[in-house]
Amino acid sequence: MRQFKSLFIGCTLLLSSAGLVFAGNGDTLKAVQAKGYIQAGVNGDLFGFGKADQKGVWKGLDVDTARAVAVAVFGDLKDRVRYTPLTAKTRFTALQSKEIDLLTRNATQTLGRDTSLGLDFVQVNYYDGQGFMVPKALGVKSAKELGGATVCVLPGTTTEQNAADFFRSNNMDWKTVTIESTAELSQAFYAGRCDVMTSDASQLAGIRASSPKPDSYMILPDIISKEPLAPAVRHGDNQWKDIVNYSVLTMINAEEFGITSKNVDEMAKSKDPKIQRFLGVTAGNGKALGLDEKFAYNIIKQVGNYGEVFERNVGVNTPLGIERGLNALWTNGGLMYSPPFK
Amino acid sequence: MITTNENHAAKTRFWNDEKTRGIIYQVVTAMLVAFIGYYLISNVQDNMAKQSIASGFGFLEKEAAFEIGEKSIEYSAADSYGRALVVGVINTLKVSLVGMLLTTMLGTIVGVCTLSSNWLISKLGTIYVEIFQNIPVLLQLFFFYALFYEAFPGPRQALSPVAGLFISNRGIDFAVPAQHFAWSYVVAAFLAASVIAFFMTRWAKKRQEGTGQQFPSFWIGLGLLAGLPLLTWVVCGAPTELDIPALKGFNFQGGQNISPEFSALLFGLVLYTASFIAQIVRAGIQSISHGQSEAAMSIGLKTKHVLSLVIFPQALRVIIPPLTSQLLNLTKNSSLAVAIGYPDFVQVAGTTINQTGQAVEGVALMMLVYLTLSLLTSVFMNWYNKRIAIIER
Repeated sequence: MRQFKSLFIGCTLLLSSAGLVFAGNGDTLKAVQAKGYIQAGVNGDLFGFGKADQKGVWKGLDVDTARAVAVAVFGDLKDRVRYTPLTAKTRFTALQSKEIDLLTRNATQTLGRDTSLGLDFVQVNYYDGQGFMVPKALGVKSAKELGGATVCVLPGTTTEQNAADFFRSNNMDWKTVTIESTAELSQAFYAGRCDVMTSDASQLAGIRASSPKPDSYMILPDIISKEPLAPAVRHGDNQWKDIVNYSVLTMINAEEFGITSKNVDEMAKSKDPKIQRFLGVTAGNGKALGLDEKFAYNIIKQVGNYGEVFERNVGVNTPLGIERGLNALWTNGGLMYSPPFK
Repeated sequence: MITTNENHAAKTRFWNDEKTRGIIYQVVTAMLVAFIGYYLISNVQDNMAKQSIASGFGFLEKEAAFEIGEKSIEYSAADSYGRALVVGVINTLKVSLVGMLLTTMLGTIVGVCTLSSNWLISKLGTIYVEIFQNIPVLLQLFFFYALFYEAFPGPRQALSPVAGLFISNRGIDFAVPAQHFAWSYVVAAFLAASVIAFFMTRWAKKRQEGTGQQFPSFWIGLGLLAGLPLLTWVVCGAPTELDIPALKGFNFQGGQNISPEFSALLFGLVLYTASFIAQIVRAGIQSISHGQSEAAMSIGLKTKHVLSLVIFPQALRVIIPPLTSQLLNLTKNSSLAVAIGYPDFVQVAGTTINQTGQAVEGVALMMLVYLTLSLLTSVFMNWYNKRIAIIER
């Protein structure tokens, strides 16, 4: 009988651990509210997007996006986000297996990923494109002059494919050096193992900013791909998808209305019905999402609008020094555009 | 348990029969295992279908669209994922086979050194073992890789100690004979010479055992191995043209290149594993009682013959089984290549998984490949072990 007992226990354990549970509508919000925090998958190694500073405080555009979602759900930021640093390879699996609730890790939205990975992308929080960084001493002015070069590439990203497409379509020879960790790859690049490093332009700016001699490297003007970086959630939980989507859009809409973390209290007294609806003075939006009516107010007050978040993390006054470019509001010639909040 | 005592027939009930019960247990266990296996697989498939995650091995035929840094067969980004994976397997095999050969040689030499009566040599051996065995192999790989790219100059200032040889942070580039039909014949001649030398040695050994007459098979074998290819080369017109690497644009073109990634991986794996093999060899030799070597010396054998005829054949029986596991370790450790950018199977499979999103299939393939490699190594070493084992008479 004892044998049977242990067998039975073994079977039960195995069956219960048979992973992969299907995400149903509303499940994620309930689970998140029950545990009291959001588990966010971030980069962990990318200055300006997701990296902990010397004091262990997480900073970056993607980190702020996760915080905006947390504020929308909980109304405050008291240990409401916990971060899981993920590599390019592990990020989607972490989301699929429910290890994280939300992926904000500079991931490019593509049709392939949207359809075959069991996840959904929401509003883009950074429009990027792949570029090339070279030492200035190399004397190269355009990516078209890179035939025969050795190129450092981060594996497990769309980067490998884009670069291969670029060199193929231009009939140029090249050699790749592919190393898993950004830090190790950058070291090899600084030491001259490769002539060129390729990645998303924002990432190159981050790597250059943390290099020993930022001034001796330049990013070539050629951008060879479209990289809309967007947060992602599990496929199937539409309510959670809406919440994440509208948290990002809140920041964009706030910038359009000219509402900042400084003047949001002022603006809450506005007589403009659009702003009243947006900030939850007139109820409706919160209930529709299953959130507090003040969610937009809370996000702006505690995290800021998109412009503030951008300038704080990657803008011209940061070591990355990135211009708004495509990431400016549509009213300023960029692509950031929010549907109306009504 | 409650049992009824009513029908206590002379014959035991079949479920009380020890033999039948044994069979029933086994059948039930087998069915449970099969059921659990079926449940796990179908559950994964179901859930993947529900979450609309693609499955199946169809992706192997699709265009890979990524480049691989080092390849021993023709491959371009236009080839399929299947071919890319084959390139990865070949890269893994390349570093594992060369590594196994070198590490066995180095380990044996160091192992013998630690037992040397020369104080300096034995201490050097011990220091080697202690250093390399006690530093994690991943750190050693990082160290050697950094050494390669930090210590050597860029390709434009490459070191060239001998004409046709260039050392830079892009690796070692050296001249190789230019394409000519003669070279394939030379290789064939070398293979033929090896086969002849093998049979000759066997014949010579048999003759010595039978008649006591010695035959200089070593020197004649060496002569064959060198002479036959040389003769073929001369007959085919003695082509001397070389393919010399030349700096063109960013890199050296032509010749043969050994990359820093391959070198660092090979160095790290060989030095690390050799430290364990040295210990195994030392233990094997020490396990042979001292009386054996004294007896061998007393019948007038030279030191090298004491080692090669008496000690080693006996020590090998102790050495081979743990040596096998070290060689397996080397193959498995070669998957650390991802950390320093050598495009081994794990790296190629990793990229494939990321681009296709089919982690289950990719990981299954990885397990299959490493399992096959390890089993093949084991089969070979077990065969060798059986051959040298004591034959009971």
